[in-house]
Amino acid sequence: MSFTEGVFYAFSAIMIMAALGVITARNPVHSALSLVLTFFATSAIWMLLEAEFLAITLVLVYVGAVMVLFLFVVMMLDINITRMREGFMRYVPFGIVIALILVVQMVMIVGPENFGLEQFAEPARHVADHSNTKELGRVLYTDYVYPFEIAAVILLVAIVAAISLTMRRRPETKYQTPGKQVMVKKEDRLRVVSMKAEEKEK
Amino acid sequence: MTLELLNYAVAWPEIFLLTMACVVLVADVYLDDENRNATYLLSQLTLLVTLVLIAVKATSASETVIAFNGTFVSDALGDVLKFFIVLIIAIVFVYSRDYLKDRNIFKGEFYVLGLFGVLGMMVMVSANHFLSLYLGLELLSLSLYAMVAFDRDNPNASEAAMKYFVLGAIASGMLLYGMSMIYGMTGSLNIAEVATAINQMGDTNIVLIFGLVFMVIGLAFKLGAVPFHMWIPDVYHGAPTTVTSYIASAPKIAGFAMVMRLLAEGMGGLQADWQGMLVILAVLSMAIGNVIAIAQTNLKRMLAYSTISHVGFILLGILAANNDGYSAAMFYTLTYALMSVGGFGMIILLARAGLEAENLDDFKGLNQRSPWYAFMMLILMFSMAGVPPTVGFWAKLAVLKAVIDIDMLWLALVAVFFSIIGVYYYLRVVKLMYFDDPVDETPIEKSRDMQIALSANGLAILVLGLYPAALMSLCVSVFS
Amino acid sequence: MIDLAISFWEWLPQWIQILAENILYIVIIMVPLMLSVAYVTYAERKIIGYMQVRIGPNRVGPRGWLQPIADAVKLMFKEIIIPTSSNRYLFLLAPMLTMAPALAAWAVIPFADGVQLADVNAGLLYIIAMTSMGVYGVIIAGWASNSKYAMMGALRSAAQVVAYEIAMGFALVGVLMAGGSLNLGDIIDKQAGGFFNWFWLPLLPLVAVYFISGVAETNRAPFDVAEGESEIVAGFHVDYSGMAFAVFFLAEYANIIMIAALTSLLFFGGWMSPFASWADVPLLGDGFHWFLLKTMFFIYMFLWIRATYPRYRYDQIMRLGWKVFIPVTIVWIFVEAVMAVMQIGPWAV
Repeated sequence: MSFTEGVFYAFSAIMIMAALGVITARNPVHSALSLVLTFFATSAIWMLLEAEFLAITLVLVYVGAVMVLFLFVVMMLDINITRMREGFMRYVPFGIVIALILVVQMVMIVGPENFGLEQFAEPARHVADHSNTKELGRVLYTDYVYPFEIAAVILLVAIVAAISLTMRRRPETKYQTPGKQVMVKKEDRLRVVSMKAEEKEK
Repeated sequence: MTLELLNYAVAWPEIFLLTMACVVLVADVYLDDENRNATYLLSQLTLLVTLVLIAVKATSASETVIAFNGTFVSDALGDVLKFFIVLIIAIVFVYSRDYLKDRNIFKGEFYVLGLFGVLGMMVMVSANHFLSLYLGLELLSLSLYAMVAFDRDNPNASEAAMKYFVLGAIASGMLLYGMSMIYGMTGSLNIAEVATAINQMGDTNIVLIFGLVFMVIGLAFKLGAVPFHMWIPDVYHGAPTTVTSYIASAPKIAGFAMVMRLLAEGMGGLQADWQGMLVILAVLSMAIGNVIAIAQTNLKRMLAYSTISHVGFILLGILAANNDGYSAAMFYTLTYALMSVGGFGMIILLARAGLEAENLDDFKGLNQRSPWYAFMMLILMFSMAGVPPTVGFWAKLAVLKAVIDIDMLWLALVAVFFSIIGVYYYLRVVKLMYFDDPVDETPIEKSRDMQIALSANGLAILVLGLYPAALMSLCVSVFS
Repeated sequence: MIDLAISFWEWLPQWIQILAENILYIVIIMVPLMLSVAYVTYAERKIIGYMQVRIGPNRVGPRGWLQPIADAVKLMFKEIIIPTSSNRYLFLLAPMLTMAPALAAWAVIPFADGVQLADVNAGLLYIIAMTSMGVYGVIIAGWASNSKYAMMGALRSAAQVVAYEIAMGFALVGVLMAGGSLNLGDIIDKQAGGFFNWFWLPLLPLVAVYFISGVAETNRAPFDVAEGESEIVAGFHVDYSGMAFAVFFLAEYANIIMIAALTSLLFFGGWMSPFASWADVPLLGDGFHWFLLKTMFFIYMFLWIRATYPRYRYDQIMRLGWKVFIPVTIVWIFVEAVMAVMQIGPWAV
């Protein structure tokens, strides 16, 4: 077993354990953290495949941003786990059957007899200073410019949808406008009333 | 790589629509609620100009052009389908205005998302690449999810959106999984290249067949064919009626295009395999759709089940797998979209603030309240049932003829049997309108443009039924 | 003796050789770094002291020079108290998660021409990824402590860091456009030619955005609402004591040094001398001392800012991040694109 293989198996093992942790952990925060670990191990495996740009981007986007917000939400929610687990046992047999079918299919289809080295030659290794960032950029902005643009539009729609579904103006809430508070003048708040002096009672 | 090689001139309608959707989005932010009408008018103008651009493009250059490095195809099929998509969404927008105003949800987002949805459908229709097809589908779906949940204070709508979102995501996953298997075997995502590769490999490759199965499941989910139809009744019922009319009409045209691009163009070599799958889907859809529709008291749910049965008919045409079948299915899809938008338009017409008018009882005695609209509804129901002078008859006839031509007489008989069952619930609506006394005597007050559009919609179905030749020959010419 | 050592070295399997070599390099980087972290804390107390016209620490050793050592010894011997009903493992994991990314990012920093641990193609991206992970320590610490104040601090920190990370990322996109590479060595090479050829001039708004975002990312004053001792006691690390607290403390200063070093690398030419024409004069040519000097200057800026500005209110922080910095960076990226097309500045051929 070469050094690379050792690294591969180590990270694969971590990834599978963490992925199992995501679905078995009782605490949603633990699940989310396991997912972070899964992403991390995945990115290490991608690194072995010479996809360093994608690997680092996975860490940057999913670990650094998406999961942070995810944790943020999960921590704020008070999820009642026992209630979520109600009725779980009822669906277990059904779930197991589906999972088994899928596993059998995967073993049949995605095995080495269909996708092994006999069918597909091993891709050539690139030299050390080969920049796949540049390659990706070139392909993305030329050959795949149309799907790339559509993907951008999808993100725009996601923003519009998220904002339109969550942003609401509540006229009943009271809030401060610091600008107005700062700009306030003496005349706005204070009224000097001139009154006659009290006359001494006779 | 130069810009000339991109050939982007054939995509002018899409480019214009995208630009204008962004303009509408920004403009709407600066409008206050009194001037919201401007958003509506701008959206309609956008659709109108897009319509003109498509027509100009279709008449000036009708030959097939591949653009954007093989990710985009511009052909006669695409032009016709795009034209109808834009036209039907324009009608949906006309119907939507009063309904949204009555419910205080007359917001710019409806129109912006609607325009982006149209863009997604156009991308799907013109896809020559698995990637662009999938991205177009996601663009459409994402807009639809948001539009269903758009009436935020309505718990039904939120529930419908949630169901739609979860099931839609599963369907997309299935589709992607299938695509990835096909890609693994053929080594290409380009539909034309996939077709060549499959023809070389033959139809015995097990990975290809599994990929095909996943793809067909994904397609069936998106179209709403039985047994992947569970979301349709809930979503149609829960969504605001304008959104239902959106979902039930133009996206079916885009779905037809998706099936054509993937199965007919891409997987032509596996025709024997997908033909069998579509037979099962079609028979089940016609059976379940028509039988369960009888039990519905809610018109939106009834139309949802009727949609399922119509999808079964569309699949009948496609599974014939020859040019006659394709053109019959296309004719069916186009006319179905027109009928569907009219049907939901009638519900919107009767709805007002505080009343959804979605129950069958709300249509009781419509003849006494407004004979003209009762007549329109009569045409729509006859057409959906497939009663002769309407266009629905010709659509069913063409599809059945295509099925008989490939020696599947039994299938045609099954289809006829279930559409006769279907006639029952369509005619029940007619009976309620003409022979029952109205429960509700409120006069129908809707804006002039909606009344004109709805009348035109109903009459179009009658006229197309009397003179089907023009549309039919258009559909035939696309595939010859 | 030397022969014996060499033959022993050659007898070792290759992977042990690689490992040992790299560990040696890591130690060479880490030890001075840790020492500087200790003395940055001393510098902070001393400088802020002088700015506020007091003397600062002056008891331990001559002029207080041994103060950081004394602090470290004190913290090491204190008990680490783990609150009851806190999450034990995550509670202890959090300080390490704060520290690790702050140190890992140093792997790709070039200290002088060609002197760096790993010459990675996507070095800039790697640095963004590493710095973006620092927030986990804060969030986990806040959650695992099972305390209101800690939780508030963690949530504040998460929202703030995510907001400023975007601006920071966009600022680095500007650097990337100017440098034409993600490799840090290439980015510095592109800045050759003296003070006015460094990127600070064409990227002036981005320098400001980057540095201020850096201050916000490290949760330093005036953006230190995550600690906010006047409102939420000490924020996310309120329940930490002893060495666990010390690690948070060290990580904060390691991050400051990191941001200062990156600012000098990306915008101020790293180890390049500002006097390109006097390269022959001793000490005025390129070299590590310039990098050190620039980094120290930016660390001083951090302290200066802390001594000068009062703390921002939370909504002001968010407004600055989302509504000022992000638009500024996007506009400047567009300006850069125009400059690139017109071939002005670093894009001149």
